[in-house]
Amino acid sequence: MAKRAVLRSFGRHWLKPLTFWLLALPGLWLGWQWAMLLNGQPHALGFNPIETTHRFLGDTALRILLISLAVTPFRDITRWLPVMKVRRRIGLAAFWYALLHVAAYLGLDLLIAANMSVAGMFAGLWEDVAKRIYITLGMAALVGLIPLAVTSFNAMVRWLGARRWQQLHWAIYPVAILAVLHHGFMEKGNQPMPWIHGGILALLLGYRLVRSARNRSRPSPAAS
Amino acid sequence: MFFYRKPKPWQGREADVTPRALYINRRQIMAAGGAVAVTGLVGCGGSETEASTSAASTASSTAAARQPAPPSGGLQYAGTGYSVPDPLTPIDAVTGYNNFYEFGVDKSDPARHAHEMSVDPWSIEVDGHAGRTGRFALEDVVDFSALEERIYRLRCVEAWSMVIPWIGVPLAGVLQQFEPTADARYVAFETYLDRREMRGTRFPVLDWPYVEGLRMDEAMNELAFLAVGLYGDVLPNQNGAPVRLVVPWKYGYKSIKSITRISFVSQQPETAWNKAAPNEYGFYSNVNPNRAHPRWSQQTERVIGGNLFNRRETEMFNGYSEQVAHLYAGMDLIENH
Ligand code: HEM
Ligand code: HEM
Repeated sequence: MAKRAVLRSFGRHWLKPLTFWLLALPGLWLGWQWAMLLNGQPHALGFNPIETTHRFLGDTALRILLISLAVTPFRDITRWLPVMKVRRRIGLAAFWYALLHVAAYLGLDLLIAANMSVAGMFAGLWEDVAKRIYITLGMAALVGLIPLAVTSFNAMVRWLGARRWQQLHWAIYPVAILAVLHHGFMEKGNQPMPWIHGGILALLLGYRLVRSARNRSRPSPAAS
Repeated sequence: MFFYRKPKPWQGREADVTPRALYINRRQIMAAGGAVAVTGLVGCGGSETEASTSAASTASSTAAARQPAPPSGGLQYAGTGYSVPDPLTPIDAVTGYNNFYEFGVDKSDPARHAHEMSVDPWSIEVDGHAGRTGRFALEDVVDFSALEERIYRLRCVEAWSMVIPWIGVPLAGVLQQFEPTADARYVAFETYLDRREMRGTRFPVLDWPYVEGLRMDEAMNELAFLAVGLYGDVLPNQNGAPVRLVVPWKYGYKSIKSITRISFVSQQPETAWNKAAPNEYGFYSNVNPNRAHPRWSQQTERVIGGNLFNRRETEMFNGYSEQVAHLYAGMDLIENH
């Protein structure tokens, strides 16, 4: 059937590059806006561009993380297998945005507050991690992502072996919870956005609980 | 003590609110009449470079008293000695970057949605330990013929700051009109609340309505100000129209917006942010670089509209120690944050 052929061709040739560019888009947009700002052109970063940058990168990291968690349910529901080929790259993009988010905080806040002293910048980060709950949580989330990112090469995967590698990737669940908590504790008052992110995460995690409970109650050959 | 000359026929509840047309008319009369002399063009030096784009501020730095009113219905006011040397924050930042959670939690939400709030006519309920209580029209609370400009620094707890030319009247004179009694040890203020007009209040970000308060001696301090305008014009809704508090030595959230109630009370009022997170937002909330807030270090601040790659050292009481430090003599300001 024509429709199926188009879908197969899309999955084989277009899915990976398209995903790559879609994932890069937020970063390119942000870079473009900063270039406009530094050149004195109209830009979309508002009256507090540094704050806008932190928020944009933090939101992007978390939302991409949520998308990476939606890949498996998407496959289960649509039975469109090629989507699995981009899960790693989606997860990795979340890691890169989280890293940029932290780098922006280090460079655009702490470094400046420490009068451009790099030692002062890291002292500031350490102080924040120790004192400010939301940054403690953010740091924990970032640390949790590092082993996944470091093992994201094919060679590493082979070296670890599929089982251990899979065990490692369960870390993605606590990382996502930590990231939502980081967002929630960061906001003043009781704001809606962390609840929305948290609600989506709860659905995605709830889906896995239900699925694994079902799988367990069924005879085994269904394991995939 | 500031404009005691003005007692109006206080009629309690019957005084009620001024019809919209009359109110607007009054503002125009005031603006065109130019009854007020400009006593000193304070702060305009600092404002010249940054603010020259604003038609309103041009009116303020020229002989405003003799000028016809700007078409927008700008305010007539005198200058005073209350000014800071720092450059003014551009007006589009002052009116486009706001925390006013009643209209949404994003800084750009108030500018987008605050127009949904109706501010004409406006009345204020006065209650508690005072000789004169009841509902008063805004014009009977604020003497629009005695307005003055004050250029104050505003320091937000989120570690950013602005410099804003407010128009209004000293709070002390306003409060004294109501003849507070000896039991009035604190004064509490409440923000307007209407779920239809204020979309942000449909989510319980805070325990609405927003409440703030001052100790009576703080409220009577010369710096405490009730603003009805900024940059020479009436307050835009997102900045707390039609009347808001300005207490420049405290974090921005103390300067409550769109006030509909003033209560003279004997107990320290439960303020909105203090209820939400007592360890973060104390009753006093004086700007204090020595008290690390659980969320933001308070030692430095980002100046909105200023150099992105520079942070300003935050000063004790936001630089207003001379006027207010005596209010807190002997108090532990870390504990009483
Ligand atoms: C050491 C690690 C981290 C630090 C120091 C950090 C720092 C911050 C800061 C300072 C803000 C507040 C921005 C502002 O309003 O000015 C913020 C917000 C945020 N961060 Fe992080 N962060 C860290 C890790 C992470 C990670 C790993 C994620 C997600 C994967 C994340 C997601 C977010 C989100 C979603 C927000 C809220 C954005 C918004 O309100 O729109 N952060 N972070
Ligand atoms: C060589 C690199 C990577 C490979 C081969 C890989 C592959 C896999 C595989 C096979 C799973 C299935 C585990 C399971 O269902 O229990 C998985 C889970 C997952 N990994 Fe990775 N991954 C890689 C890197 C990353 C990175 C860097 C991230 C994120 C920072 C990430 C995020 C995820 C997510 C979100 C899941 C899904 C868990 C679920 O759906 O239940 N992956 N990964």
